[in-house]
Amino acid sequence: MTSLAWSEAVLLRRNPLAVLIAIGLPIGVVLGLRSSAELMSAVAADPGVAIVITVTAVSLNLFVYYNLVTALVARREDLVLKRLRAGEATDVQILAGTAAPSVAIAWGQAVLAGLTSAVLFGLPVPVNLLLVVLALVLGSLVFVLLATATTTLTSSVELAQLTTTPMLLIPLTFSGLYFPLADLPAPLEQLALLLPLTPVVELLRLGLSGTTADGSTVDLAGSFAPAVQPVLVLLAWVVMGGLATRRWFRWEPRR
Amino acid sequence: MDESAVIQVERLTRRYGTRPGYEAVRGIDFSVRRGELFALLGTNGAGKTSTLEVLEGLAQPTSGTVRVLGKDPYRDRRTVRPRIGIMLQDRGFAADLTVAETIKMWTGTLSTPRPAGEILELVELTTRANVRVRQLSGGERQRLSLGLAIAGQPDLLFLDEPTAGLDPEHRQHTWQLISRLLDSGTTVLLTTHYLAEAAELADRLAIMHHGRIVGLGTPAEIAAIRPARISFHLPVGTTLPELPEVVAKVNGTGVVLNTEDLQSTLTLLLDWAARHELRLADLTARPASLEEAFLAIAESDQGAAA
Repeated sequence: MTSLAWSEAVLLRRNPLAVLIAIGLPIGVVLGLRSSAELMSAVAADPGVAIVITVTAVSLNLFVYYNLVTALVARREDLVLKRLRAGEATDVQILAGTAAPSVAIAWGQAVLAGLTSAVLFGLPVPVNLLLVVLALVLGSLVFVLLATATTTLTSSVELAQLTTTPMLLIPLTFSGLYFPLADLPAPLEQLALLLPLTPVVELLRLGLSGTTADGSTVDLAGSFAPAVQPVLVLLAWVVMGGLATRRWFRWEPRR
Repeated sequence: MDESAVIQVERLTRRYGTRPGYEAVRGIDFSVRRGELFALLGTNGAGKTSTLEVLEGLAQPTSGTVRVLGKDPYRDRRTVRPRIGIMLQDRGFAADLTVAETIKMWTGTLSTPRPAGEILELVELTTRANVRVRQLSGGERQRLSLGLAIAGQPDLLFLDEPTAGLDPEHRQHTWQLISRLLDSGTTVLLTTHYLAEAAELADRLAIMHHGRIVGLGTPAEIAAIRPARISFHLPVGTTLPELPEVVAKVNGTGVVLNTEDLQSTLTLLLDWAARHELRLADLTARPASLEEAFLAIAESDQGAAA
């Protein structure tokens, strides 16, 4: 699997668009947040925390998801997936190897955002680091599986721009990053909590600053109970994405 | 049960789609012995690839049983795969990896890989190691594909059109490589369109037509289903003698004799010519070629009805 991850990383480095997105996305996020105090405070009270949360969420949703859909479709259409399946690697190894570089970059961006924020703004000590890690791990798994599921609807790399649009727009819009979800009518707010990115943001807020969905602040002991729902929502997405992938994922182009 | 069989196929069928669907393989039986080169020939759409996919463990049969190295190639993938090598055709590469990177990626997935340098040498790509796959010619990609197939030192090698798109020199080289693998005990199952190559190198072969095997045996046995041919020019003013069981075609002075028994017919003919002190210009005599047998089978509707 490591050799698959390595070759995928080589390919990613040779794809100018992917490199541009990987570098430009976190910079854009920071500049965007800095330009609007209103936006910044919608994410978190602390500017450093706001940057870490936004960079992580945007990386998972935009970079991991979009990049992986295009990469997998390109490998499938080039018959690379078919060739790999004719070898010794298992299906899970092939998918994990292809996904590894994108996920590693997203995690790298999260860590880098944390370090930069700590140096520039001074980051408060995280309330519950476990929840932060959980947000990263589960969030990555969800968006990897959403990407593998999306490839089943995507017959060419060009079409990926179209098929990924819903998953690029909707979860981010209703993640609680642009505006507090409490501003929404109650039924919509409930719905937003069930989207794949919202629980990631919730867990990051809880873990980094102990902020719950209703705006109160909790300590380490109090941070576990409010984490249950978002974790369950993420697990549900993992199961759905996994089942959809298992049922519909195609390893070769449609004949 | 043939104990030395590396591949055993019994009543294999493969159907696409649901009723009535399309039956690509319609009940075939054959076995491949250890260390032999077995060629699967057939027209396009004869069911070769559908058969190959089942043997390689890439697809499940609709019915029938398949044993590869004594195991089910689909269910026992984990134990069968490390011992087989599969050559897909010239596609299936990431265009932006170099040749060396492609080999590194592939050998990283194998349990007993050859060193990359050895693979490059075996398929004569050493000088192209740092070239991106995008810039390779079709023939070079074909050789890279072969390189990956033999990278895991397989006991059994599946080759799908290994020489398609190669120039004569590299085709020759590829055959030398395959011969060396056979000498070292590797069993090879291949498909090819080059019947002359199959005739020369295959120990045994099967001809598929409309999902069935319509000919199975050594190249000579298969070719023997067609009559041998004698041709010559008859001196002006002479007439042919009576020749039993011979189909004669006379066109001006040109004569073509088709016979099931080349030696007897030739003896009678030469006796007759000697007795009459005749000179038979441009005399040739040869058994039917595999190609003739193949074409006869491909053109007959018997194959479809059998």
